[in-house]
Amino acid sequence: MIDFLSQNGSQMLLLTWEHLYISAISLVLGIIVAVPLGILLTRFDRAATAIISIITILQTIPSLALLALMIPLFGIGKVPAIVALFLYSLMPILRNTYIGMKGVKGDLVDAAKGMGMTSLQSIFTVELPQAAPVIMAGIRLSGVYVVAWATLASYIGGGGLGDFIFNGLNLYVPELIIGGTIPVTLLALLVDFLLGKVEQKVTPINLRDER
Amino acid sequence: MIEFKKVSKVYDDFVAVDDLNLKFNDGEFICFIGTSGSGKTTSMRMINRMEEPSSGQILIDNEDIMDKNPVELRRRIGYVIQQIGLMPHMTVYENITLVPKLLKWPEEKKRERAEKLIRRVDLPLEFLDRYPQELSGGQQQRIGVIRALAADQDIILMDEPFGALDPITRDALQELVKHLQSEMGRTVIFVTHDMDEAIKLADRIVIMQKGKVVQFDTPDNILANPANQFVEDFIGEDRLLQARPSLQTVDQIMIKDPVSVTPGKTLQEAIKLMRNRKVDTLYVTDDSGVLKGIVDLEDFDRNRRRATSVGDVMSPEVYFVRTGTLLRDTVQRILKRGFKSIPVVDEKDRLIGLVTRSSLAEIVYDNIWGDMDDAKDIPLETTAVSEDQ
Repeated sequence: MIDFLSQNGSQMLLLTWEHLYISAISLVLGIIVAVPLGILLTRFDRAATAIISIITILQTIPSLALLALMIPLFGIGKVPAIVALFLYSLMPILRNTYIGMKGVKGDLVDAAKGMGMTSLQSIFTVELPQAAPVIMAGIRLSGVYVVAWATLASYIGGGGLGDFIFNGLNLYVPELIIGGTIPVTLLALLVDFLLGKVEQKVTPINLRDER
Repeated sequence: MIEFKKVSKVYDDFVAVDDLNLKFNDGEFICFIGTSGSGKTTSMRMINRMEEPSSGQILIDNEDIMDKNPVELRRRIGYVIQQIGLMPHMTVYENITLVPKLLKWPEEKKRERAEKLIRRVDLPLEFLDRYPQELSGGQQQRIGVIRALAADQDIILMDEPFGALDPITRDALQELVKHLQSEMGRTVIFVTHDMDEAIKLADRIVIMQKGKVVQFDTPDNILANPANQFVEDFIGEDRLLQARPSLQTVDQIMIKDPVSVTPGKTLQEAIKLMRNRKVDTLYVTDDSGVLKGIVDLEDFDRNRRRATSVGDVMSPEVYFVRTGTLLRDTVQRILKRGFKSIPVVDEKDRLIGLVTRSSLAEIVYDNIWGDMDDAKDIPLETTAVSEDQ
């Protein structure tokens, strides 16, 4: 194992960084799009069902197929990989944002409006803080998914730890497969842990469990 | 002044509020009362445009609220709801100063206002840094009430604010709100389904049924003259029975021209008068009719040998009630003391009538289940005391 690390260690670090970077960009893009969209959907109930169904359908496309579909549109490399992962990350975040915002107690929203808050003030000072833990749970779920799926990015030349795994499969080198899989798993666990911490942090005091 | 002019609110084919015409004065405490679905809450919510009228106009100080920016309008109107609506993720301080913050008050002014208000409702200053969930329900609603006052709102809307509280806390908060309202001269529009609450708090009550105003009047007038069967049912038979004596004065049931003698009359004359009028008690008045004392047959019997005039035997201590006294304040107390009758005097202590036990009989019947405990503080006056003065 030390042998393996001394041979491939530096490359492993590079690939891990690449992996993380692809995942992070996809996730951030997902958050930037899905959270506002989710909030917007709570204001247009009829559109909400339609849009959520469409995004759910996107989710059902097999990941390899989606990646392959990206090639004619964006060629190969990191860009199509990021676009595909971004599409995958949308669903959990969007759904949780929508559910979280809908789940804010009606009387709080009523009180906010009745006291003279504008719609935006109500969203930022009342609804988002109250919906934060649910939204964050969606982001966390997406984060773990994205890290796991980023492995497939290597198929379309996106790089990442998938390179190790697919090389290992093609060349029949078990060390490479394991050397790719373990870091991906650890990365996913780490992301889950860190985002879990953030989730706790943003949970408003009234929704925290007694500890 | 708040004015509803031909206001209606229609949802699809359901008429929630039907042709409302009302006028509230500044500083009035108005209660909207009715069963659920009567349109009372909708009517209230139209005042700060949480609902908008389908037709008609609502004027505040002669300005149509539809011409105003709804957000600015709402910041000028206090708003308290049943579920309290404190923001759970904000401290008590942040909650109280929510509207001042929206109005961009400077920090010192917000702090000063929050401290003044929290002291006003008898809560400690350190509560400002706590979160609502660390407070009891009653304390939370106190904060809810002062939050609605924090930005000097002239009008405060309250939607069944005390519905979820236990009776003791509710009582305390009712007192508080009534107090704050009269002290600060705010106009309060209060929605409730509890008639006791409305009677206790309101200057005027709007009774609503199926979107229409059935009666709009002071609590006393509504109790005295319910507009129709619905209002009677709503007030409840118990309360009407209680209310009737409570609004009658002793003058309405007293016997006029009671039998009286002057102190100078001889015992023989007095006894003859008793026999003629078939009474066993005489009230003694001076020449101008001022009540001086009382004599009964026993007094004559005991003193027949020694005394010659009524003045010698009368007992100068007589309990009386003054004209205009409400029966509510006297009935039970008269009965409790066991008098056969009570004289009624006018402002100048002149005897003008007599309330007898039998004339009370009907009232007694209505009140028999009433609370007899407070008979101690009888507002009866006695001539003996007034002579001492």
